[in-house]
Amino acid sequence: MPKKETKLDLKSNWELAPSLESTGHVNLKKQYELFIGGKWVKPSSKKYFDTNNPANEEKLASIANANKKDVDLAVKAARKAYDTTWSKLSGKERGKYIFRIARIMQERAKELAVVETLDGGKPIRESRDIDIPLAANHFFYYAGWADKLEYAFPNRNPKSLGVAGQITPWNFPLLMAAWKIAPALACGNTVVLKPAETTSLTTLLLAEICEQAGLPDGVVNIVTGAGDTGAEIVNHEGIDKIAFTGSTGVGKIIQKAIAGTDKKVTLELGGKAANIVFEDAPLDQAVEGIINGIFFNQGHVCCAGSRLLVQESVYDIVLRKLKDRMESLIVGNPLDKNTDIGAINSKSQLDTINHYIKLGKEEGAEIYQPEGKLEKNGYWCKPTLFTGVAQSNRIVQEEIFGPVLAIQTFRTIEEAITKANNTPYGLSAGVWTDKGSKIFNMTNQLRAGIVWANTFNKFDPTSPFGGYKESGFGREGGLHGLEAYLQFED
Amino acid sequence: MKDFKIITVDQVGIGDRVSRITKRSVKKEAKIHGLKMALNMIDLTTLEGADTVNKVKQLCYKGMHLHDSYEDLPTVAAICVYPNFVGLAKEQLKGSGINVASVATAFPSGNSSLEVKITDTKMAIDAGADEVDMVISRGKFHQGEHNYVFDEIAKIKEVCGKHARLKTILETGELGSLDNVRRASDIAMHAGSDFIKTSTGKISPAATLPVTLVMLEAIKDYYYETGIQVGMKPAGGISIAKLALQYLMLVKETLGDKWLTNQWFRFGASSLANDVLMQLEKQRTGNYQSKDYFSKD
Repeated sequence: MPKKETKLDLKSNWELAPSLESTGHVNLKKQYELFIGGKWVKPSSKKYFDTNNPANEEKLASIANANKKDVDLAVKAARKAYDTTWSKLSGKERGKYIFRIARIMQERAKELAVVETLDGGKPIRESRDIDIPLAANHFFYYAGWADKLEYAFPNRNPKSLGVAGQITPWNFPLLMAAWKIAPALACGNTVVLKPAETTSLTTLLLAEICEQAGLPDGVVNIVTGAGDTGAEIVNHEGIDKIAFTGSTGVGKIIQKAIAGTDKKVTLELGGKAANIVFEDAPLDQAVEGIINGIFFNQGHVCCAGSRLLVQESVYDIVLRKLKDRMESLIVGNPLDKNTDIGAINSKSQLDTINHYIKLGKEEGAEIYQPEGKLEKNGYWCKPTLFTGVAQSNRIVQEEIFGPVLAIQTFRTIEEAITKANNTPYGLSAGVWTDKGSKIFNMTNQLRAGIVWANTFNKFDPTSPFGGYKESGFGREGGLHGLEAYLQFED
Repeated sequence: MKDFKIITVDQVGIGDRVSRITKRSVKKEAKIHGLKMALNMIDLTTLEGADTVNKVKQLCYKGMHLHDSYEDLPTVAAICVYPNFVGLAKEQLKGSGINVASVATAFPSGNSSLEVKITDTKMAIDAGADEVDMVISRGKFHQGEHNYVFDEIAKIKEVCGKHARLKTILETGELGSLDNVRRASDIAMHAGSDFIKTSTGKISPAATLPVTLVMLEAIKDYYYETGIQVGMKPAGGISIAKLALQYLMLVKETLGDKWLTNQWFRFGASSLANDVLMQLEKQRTGNYQSKDYFSKD
């Protein structure tokens, strides 16, 4: 039978009207101070920096810039709180505070979601349905462990560490703060936390929530600032443990800085995950997983499935389905409930992504981006595919941290595993097949901390998260997440 | 014939995709456009033992005059009845552009011989049916006799010829898994169905969003494979406008504009129209009106 022209009109004439999340319930202050010892204190440098909305480049608020002196104050406040109150409270009492924080987060969820979207550029659909509920769930989950540590680690006599210095990234600001603060508090530690400088606001709202919950002064301290503030935390003598989520480059610096000290450390760093699709996979759902794997949060995800490996027999079909699916992705105002891909987090990150897109073209890879116009103001990037790439292409090797997917094919399971593992990173991987035995075969051989089977980018407080190789070490989440904040007498 | 190997479907993944689509916010002009489209895609249906001549007449009138106080409303796409009412409906709908669809082939169970099914279909066509809604033999399907199911559909299609378009009801509520829904869809399309349809409306569950998505994906693959467009009809259990818009959003994002017409997409429904009308009035006046302002035929 002769084939007619087969093309779908997925750029529909039935266009969705704007559906903006209201911002009326959000009252941001003009200026945010440091949260030290339960009080909002001005930075000793008297310096402030701006935090902007990446979707329109407008200023949202001024944020205090903490220097060495401020960090010192915060660490001392944390030490005092640890010595005088927090380490003396029973697990049950600690749990009550953490539960209270979780509940207030739920009460203020709508406000937190809007602020997360304003400050970071992520779609409101994600901050509303994923970031904020997951962050609250993390507090709920670890609140439950606070009085059960003896049962979590029987006969090992778990004890808190002291003061934890924590540094969070800009891609999931509140969620990462929750990942760090909740287990630290549950285990009886106090905290000095520095959020990323482009996205401090929800962490500062979390400080307000700690106040609201009546958390004893100094148990949670928030110092805002850029990398040098972080360095002051890392190098401070009064810190017992460093928890860092961010780039592999900074992770290496931290590792060097604390060498020779008795600081404990967990690092959750970059990734370049392989998402592996076999010919017997449920292909339409695999395509959805590929989309979710790389375009979730504009690709600003350390565990993003940024390398797609497709079995060659289904390559054409998968590529066609992927392109079709990309037609219906909406790039635009993050506050619009229909937006799938929001704004790139910052100018510098957009520059990085564009650099890699240019590099990909120069390397001879074939680029695909759906049609459509981007907003003039703000930082935007279209969802992007690169085909015709090899393991030796830099866009295949290096973490781009944007909505850019590199696609390769494979023929055998061995080839898929070799390619998947051939990276300095080892944070996550995805396997798509209808065959259970193949999944277990793969999970045993993939050198990645998280392997998703027939899904991708799914998170849960009960599930440990962390990497192999240059993706870091230590686990956050689940029972394993407690261990990072405890010492044992065994 | 084609070997219908299982094209696997992941139930959890289908659920994720559906929940993503149902979160699409359809407001203002987009909503009005969608609601009018939905009205125009309805197969207004009555399939009761208690159907009467007058009931069918009323239904036909309703199909042509959904809500006369609202200007420029479309009509429904078709009136769907048992074969014995086809002639009457045809006469009532003369000149309206509304089709008459008839269920056939020992609807709803399909438990009869091929001869009886052919006779049933011929009866509907001879009376002037524009569309025939047949049921597949689920028993044979579950016994693995896919060729039997295929041949039966092909035979009924032959009877329909150029007289009527064939809609094939898979009765997905009896198929047991999404994998089976996919396989039955493929069989029905390859055997020549013009439409594939979820349900008879006689058992529960009837149409669901996940099942419809699986069928739309099958239609998409078939279209790419052959260049032939096959229509989709979810039927049963779709009685509110919001749900209808969610179905249309599934179509929009899976198959696009080519399918967003009553030529290629239908709702099998008996009470959906009034809820859609109520929503349209809400958009026009800003208020919800009493249900008693909308005729129940």
